[in-house]
Amino acid sequence: MQGVKDQVKGYLLDNFLMGGMDQDIQDETSLMDSHILDSTGFIELISYLEEQFQIQVSDDEMVPDNLDSLKNIAHFVSTKRALATSD
Amino acid sequence: MESRQRGPGRLPSDVLRVDAAAEVERIGESLRRIVGLTLRRRGVIIALSGGVDSAVCAALAARALGPSKVFGLMLPEKDSSPTSLTRGRHVAEQLGIPYAVENIQPTLEAIGCYRSRDEAMRAVFPDYGDGWKSKIAIAGGAQGRFNYFKLVAQSPGGSLKEARLPLKEYLQIVAATNYKQRIRKTIEYFHADRLNYAVVGTPNRLEYDQGFFVKNGDGSADLKPIAHLYKTQVYALAKYLGVPAEICSAPPTSDTYSMPQGQDEFYFALPYDKMDLALWSHNHRIPAGELAHHLGITENQANLIYRDIEAKRNAARYLHAAPVLVDAFLAASA
Repeated sequence: MQGVKDQVKGYLLDNFLMGGMDQDIQDETSLMDSHILDSTGFIELISYLEEQFQIQVSDDEMVPDNLDSLKNIAHFVSTKRALATSD
Repeated sequence: MESRQRGPGRLPSDVLRVDAAAEVERIGESLRRIVGLTLRRRGVIIALSGGVDSAVCAALAARALGPSKVFGLMLPEKDSSPTSLTRGRHVAEQLGIPYAVENIQPTLEAIGCYRSRDEAMRAVFPDYGDGWKSKIAIAGGAQGRFNYFKLVAQSPGGSLKEARLPLKEYLQIVAATNYKQRIRKTIEYFHADRLNYAVVGTPNRLEYDQGFFVKNGDGSADLKPIAHLYKTQVYALAKYLGVPAEICSAPPTSDTYSMPQGQDEFYFALPYDKMDLALWSHNHRIPAGELAHHLGITENQANLIYRDIEAKRNAARYLHAAPVLVDAFLAASA
């Protein structure tokens, strides 16, 4: 899961904070409440996750519990990948 | 879901009641002061969409400045409802203001608005082409998800298709359709410049607060006289000002896509009267349970609406932002 976190963090720092500092996004930082992502930003993030990790995010899965922090994203991506492997 | 820190406030039933006569007088005084003293212009330009907001702005301006100092514009294109033009004319003629009708369709065709939009739509629905109708609709926020947009398309035979818009196609459709509001604004400023007039923006509070406008399109203006009024209050002023009944009774639409589309379907989580109440309650820190009771929804749904209001405010920050200077020299030298 640490690998997913690092990868997504790098993507967010490069693309949304334009090379921001590592400490700008902690594992539990809310990407919405901290204004790192707005609604278009979350659509961008979902596109990135789908492409990068070869997963499909359904409408019902577009919720803060899955996507609003690095911790949630890492858990969500790991679960999706595990499910895909077991299919 | 996480409970919100809110006060013990109650939600009175008449919170959106407005003294229309007093408010019309107050806005009129402001209009005279802003146009004459602050902006130093000789009158105002108002694009008449056929909706209640622009009709009220035109009526307020005609009353405050005199009809001869208000110039109305109707700017239809091929996806506009024919009733929009009829209603715009009706408003202008009832108020006795001079006006012009300029069809912006040739400009939009020349600049590639429809071509770029349809190219993105075909990437989602390959059959999309001549004779098809379409619209985009917001989804997610009222269900506790992040907001996203769906593309809805209707074939010439009448069958409906619907799909979540991928990022690239969503951005291209929005960028293409935003040409409409930006071309309209360019024409408004042509007339403003030739007459030495100011341009009136017509958002109500719900639209202004939640970012329901195109930056440098309908969001651009020299003054916005009803941006402090909830939509319910705009309707109250419309009635007081004698705005034509067919405008007061028509549901708000975006009038941007070829399929019929209500504003609530396009952007807001609820119909305007309920959305007004939700926004007022959010602004006054009314507990979600109290709002839920008034709207006949669950407390969880009310909390989701509060969260959606904040999400849209967050997205609207960029739309409201003036150009940002590295060194704010004017403020420093003031």
